[in-house]
Amino acid sequence: MAGHFEALPRGGAAVALDEVEIAILRSLAVQLLELIGPGDEPAEDADPLAALFAEGPSEPPADPALARLFPEAYASEESDELRAKSAEFRRFTENDLRARKRTDALAVVRGLDALSPKGDGGAVLELTAEDSQHWLGALNDLRLTIGTRLDVTDEEESEELYRLPDDDPRKPMVMAYLWLGVLQETLIETLMP
Amino acid sequence: MSVAPVEIERPESAEQSRPVAEPDVPWVTLVHNDPVNLMSYVQYVFQSYFGYSKDKAHKLMLDVHHKGRAVVSSGSREEMERDVQAMHGYGLWATLTQDRG
Repeated sequence: MAGHFEALPRGGAAVALDEVEIAILRSLAVQLLELIGPGDEPAEDADPLAALFAEGPSEPPADPALARLFPEAYASEESDELRAKSAEFRRFTENDLRARKRTDALAVVRGLDALSPKGDGGAVLELTAEDSQHWLGALNDLRLTIGTRLDVTDEEESEELYRLPDDDPRKPMVMAYLWLGVLQETLIETLMP
Repeated sequence: MSVAPVEIERPESAEQSRPVAEPDVPWVTLVHNDPVNLMSYVQYVFQSYFGYSKDKAHKLMLDVHHKGRAVVSSGSREEMERDVQAMHGYGLWATLTQDRG
């Protein structure tokens, strides 16, 4: 089970993580939360009814990773009309999407914090079916974010990325990216009907 | 699988009184290829969100992968906005467009 998810007989999934893996996953999830940020949502002490009707932003994020997490809904590059439609869509959906991504990343942080590590610092993470959905979302968001940062393009060009020399500054991020891919792939296998 | 360009220049004419909204022309949800999303994940999303069979989801996933994009659903603009919103929720790159083809 080390390094990859396996289905549990009673539903859900489990993976054995060592101390370093737990620390890296937690750190990445926290960074994802910081990247996603609270957005334009009103403060928590604001009128809840106002929050319900609060509009999100209309412009796509400038940061490429955020722009990938919060894409345009229409082919905005083709016309002003479509850009206006994308803006309207974003105003009414981006806050919800941001909240969903925050919930997913928070579930990862909380799941890791709830582990009871053994003597060597490792632990077996067990996910319920519901947890699995949050983890699947967060793992995907992490890979989208890191993939954008690493400028992962089509498969052939990316081959080069996977053969970086050990002293390349991108190497640790590439290793994390590939590892997250294995985690996500094996988690999907436990969910496939 | 062909989808007409989203915006087609149409000459101004006397018959231009046609309303902007064209309820009879269906909208479609397009999922675009991206280098990060796992093929198994894209197939999983098509199966779990749209309820497509394993075979149909697999074929659509391959279309996205090989052709750069695929039409994954069609319907009213409101329905397609809902599907696009769901695809964005899963982290897939999706847009909606009016299928004038």
